[in-house]
Amino acid sequence: MKTIDYEIDKDGVVVLTIDVKDRSMNVMTPEFLQDLSDAVDKIAADDKVKGAVITSAKDSFMAGADLLELVETFEQRTDAEEVYGWCRGLQQTLRKLETCGKPFAAAINGTALGGGLEICLACHYRVAANNPKSVLGLPEVTVGLMPGGGGTQRLPRLIGIEPALQLITQGKHLKATEAVEAGIADQLVEPGKEIAAAKAWVLETGDPEQPWDKKGFKVPGGAGLMNPSAIQTFMFGTALLQKMTKHNYPAPIAIMSAVYEGTVLPIDKALDIESKYFALMLMSPVSRNMSRTLFINKGAADKLVRRPSEPEKRLVKKLGILGAGMMGAGIAFVSARAGMQVMLLDTTKEKTEFGKDYSRDLLQKRIDKGRMTSDKAADILDRIHTTTEFDDLAGCELVIEAVFEDRKIKADVTAKTEAIIAGDAIFASNTSTLPITGLAEASKRPQHFIGIHFFSPVEKMPLIEVIVGKKTNDVAIAQALDYIQQLRKTPIVVNDSRGFYTSRVFSVFSREGINMLCEGVNPALIENVAKHAGMPVGPLAVTDEVSLELSYHVMKQTKLDLGELYVSSPADAVISKFVEELDRRGKRFGKGFYDYPEDGKKHLWSGLKELYPLADEQPSADEVRKRILYSQAIETVRCMDEGVVTHPADADIGSVFGWGFPPYTGGTISFIETEGLKNFVAEADRLAAVYGERFAVPGSLRSMAVKGETFYQLADVQAHRSAA
Amino acid sequence: MTDAYIFDHVRSPRGRGRSNGALHEVKPIDLAAQVLASLRDRNELDTSKVDDVVFGCVMPVGEQGSCVTRLAVLNADYDESVPGKQINRFCASGLEAINSAAAQVMSGQSDLTIGGGLESMSRVPMGSDSGAMHADPAFAYKSYFVPQGIGADLIATKYGFSREDVDTYAVESQRRATNAWHKGYFDNSVIPIQDRIGMTLLDKDEHIRPGTTMEDLAGLKAAFEVPGEQAGFDSVALQKYPELEAINHVHTGGNSSGIVDGSAAVLIGSKDMGDALGLKPRVRIKGFASIGTDPTIMLTGPAPSAEKVLKRCGMTTDDIDLFELNEAFASVVMLFMQKLGIDHDRINVNGGAIAMGHPLGATGAMIFGTVLDELERRDLNTALINLCVGGGMGTATIIERV
Repeated sequence: MKTIDYEIDKDGVVVLTIDVKDRSMNVMTPEFLQDLSDAVDKIAADDKVKGAVITSAKDSFMAGADLLELVETFEQRTDAEEVYGWCRGLQQTLRKLETCGKPFAAAINGTALGGGLEICLACHYRVAANNPKSVLGLPEVTVGLMPGGGGTQRLPRLIGIEPALQLITQGKHLKATEAVEAGIADQLVEPGKEIAAAKAWVLETGDPEQPWDKKGFKVPGGAGLMNPSAIQTFMFGTALLQKMTKHNYPAPIAIMSAVYEGTVLPIDKALDIESKYFALMLMSPVSRNMSRTLFINKGAADKLVRRPSEPEKRLVKKLGILGAGMMGAGIAFVSARAGMQVMLLDTTKEKTEFGKDYSRDLLQKRIDKGRMTSDKAADILDRIHTTTEFDDLAGCELVIEAVFEDRKIKADVTAKTEAIIAGDAIFASNTSTLPITGLAEASKRPQHFIGIHFFSPVEKMPLIEVIVGKKTNDVAIAQALDYIQQLRKTPIVVNDSRGFYTSRVFSVFSREGINMLCEGVNPALIENVAKHAGMPVGPLAVTDEVSLELSYHVMKQTKLDLGELYVSSPADAVISKFVEELDRRGKRFGKGFYDYPEDGKKHLWSGLKELYPLADEQPSADEVRKRILYSQAIETVRCMDEGVVTHPADADIGSVFGWGFPPYTGGTISFIETEGLKNFVAEADRLAAVYGERFAVPGSLRSMAVKGETFYQLADVQAHRSAA
Repeated sequence: MTDAYIFDHVRSPRGRGRSNGALHEVKPIDLAAQVLASLRDRNELDTSKVDDVVFGCVMPVGEQGSCVTRLAVLNADYDESVPGKQINRFCASGLEAINSAAAQVMSGQSDLTIGGGLESMSRVPMGSDSGAMHADPAFAYKSYFVPQGIGADLIATKYGFSREDVDTYAVESQRRATNAWHKGYFDNSVIPIQDRIGMTLLDKDEHIRPGTTMEDLAGLKAAFEVPGEQAGFDSVALQKYPELEAINHVHTGGNSSGIVDGSAAVLIGSKDMGDALGLKPRVRIKGFASIGTDPTIMLTGPAPSAEKVLKRCGMTTDDIDLFELNEAFASVVMLFMQKLGIDHDRINVNGGAIAMGHPLGATGAMIFGTVLDELERRDLNTALINLCVGGGMGTATIIERV
């Protein structure tokens, strides 16, 4: 056995120590599953063996399935029966373990997630080490999957349906202490004593029969529809999960159904129910999309897969920030929190202190909620130094400007900063609208000039878009990425273009909503369908939130820059009208497409009806949904064609974490793959014929569709897994 | 095809469906038995001639379980040869039972039948039978299930009925029901329900609130706002109806049907059997139909079911003198009037379930009798009876005087 160490002690207790080589955490490889099965057979057959303890040689117990293997399964298997058979492997091994007649105890030394916890649940007794860093849970739902090793059946039989569903449908993690309180683990011990405690149970109690295999077993709290509490759980639970998933994520309802159906059956039939739902989830593109983008590719991005190998890693110890407005203040907060000394510079003392207040407020809130000590908060604040003098930027490895979006002002601060900072320091712009290459013209060393585009609010948004100008070199890219890793945020690297990648495609979303409004599409339909399609907010609401004024400003600047090349859309006139004529400039001005009453919920402005009378014939929800998702996906392909985005993984990560393109799609590129390139092109052609050129697919995509190609190659995903 | 005629009908008064209701102490099989006994006695019926008794019951569990109709038949001391069956089409069960009993006559397989229904909501509360409709996760998900009250509010939102509109309707229902009771329009059909020693427990509808005003109703809280928002049902409904910005919750206990106990029975037979037993036909069943509609909004079946039965009978709404549509919720009746262009003075002329209550399995038979009596009182000819039904259905029947 290569993945499990088998050792029998003098008392006849076997200790199975899991150690999957070449992996930082134990994962369920096919080899491990075979080893576990062999070990159980050996234990069952050996009369000298009284029972067994399962533990791990690593810090953590076991992380569960190998996501890459699951992604490969999706790509390669299309037959439900075959996938079901494949899923049954683990089930059968664990069932053999719990019915082999010998008592098994889990010595949970560290984190046990997914399949790792399911092995523990199949054991007759569970001892958890009180390790503050370890967590227990069944998080499969977060990658569009569900437990497939008996988790949906053993957990409710152990702790009751309602608490089990809470954990499984939300993929919650519990600390060891919480797991014992919840009844998932039987005993809590000091770290290091779990094996001894587990052995003691095997020798002293050692009941080799699970509660659910005993005669007269009943699910705690009851099961089935004749049980009133179960009805409440399933009725309200199903409604709430629809509110949460909008019918886009198949896993939560599959989990709910597997628990509902399985808990009225004997355990063997129940496990079979789980396997069948699991097979369906594994074959759903949603699990492929979520595993690939949210974990494999994001993991690789976090590990800086796009970083040039040279120069060596350089941490930012002293950071300069120019402009203490909303963005500068947010950048100061996250950087100081990550341990950097921050020079927050603006034109007046008042402005810099106002910027620092942002951190003061955020930290106070954390202290009030008991999430941070006041000492730690004070340390963070002490690292933010306010200044009005450029001289104070001396010694900064990186300076980020977040001043007003005006070329002259930006050029001025660039020159003043470069006069002070060291030759190897990097100058970054946080612009969200002005091309980097143009801004770099004001720099004496454009090779060290780069875009670092934060999203607002900085402390909440996980993504940062790094923009490479024409002259930007590897040193600048490496520094930007090293800095982002210090912040523990996720970077994507894009090449320079107007609106870069994220702002450019995001504005397509916003504009498509406004275009529909112009056509007389019911605004409630536009907004609801966008949300039902999985966008965090509707296009009209989000335009209000970023403010119509900003859209107006960007539009005017773009027109000015592009002149005759500017391609107008019906949305332009709407934006102008709202700003110039109606003075409805967006949410922070109290009115936009919506009204924002002080004492109630926002609602669509009643005047929209008169300005844009409803068309007699309204589109179907499906049509609106297509327009919203396709427009963004097509613009993304254009960005890839133009070399703005160089890898589908960056496009996907940027879309999901940057502007909230729905996670179940896996991102704008995975969305196209999910639709199927041929279908996508055909549908886009139809949309282009009806609504215009903005839906016309680039020739590159058409050619890929004809040749049967895909954006992602499996080899790339494998490489990313290795990187992560 | 044989014609099915109606000879007589009786109903119990409707008792408040709570522990303080006058009929709460009466077992469901006793309640139904008193109605059946009365129908027998006032017609001097030789019950051995009855081929079948069909009763609707929506919660056929516990005391209403085990084929409650047969038990009620035996309990009423009908001849042992009389069978009974219980059917369930949710709120239309009582009418469906009449249709089903009439169908036996029309098909020539029975000569004399009884249709009707019972529901003791105080003793076997709504939801007692569980059911996959709302709690089987896969089905509730697939069908975008929301509770009926959310469906009623969805109708009000989609078709533009304000809180004031539905309250106005409710005030009128109370006024009409009070007036009908006052003038004795129900006297011939409502029998007193007695206790074990023969004392009358209830002889009038107990849920009715004479003199209800707009102000009274305005103070009531929208009943489905909290489950709509907190349990996620509004979101589910909007996923099915994305053209609505938000759901306007307008229904309250005051403009929705009351929860009550009650039972009703209708005597049905062929002309020949009527002649043989000396029973006078009062109306003829002209036709009936049921239909399925969107299960999420759930309560929009009345207009399509009415259109279906009208078409089947070769009639239009102009050929119908009186409409009787169960007042499950005010918006249900208002939508029916809007869709078919029916004036309020032709529908539910003596009030309905908002005032008098809706004993689920019995209501169809009760409103059937109410409009039959009213046709005779006004000396009119035709009526259409229908109800909205859970799961997104509608059931309708047309009767014609003979």
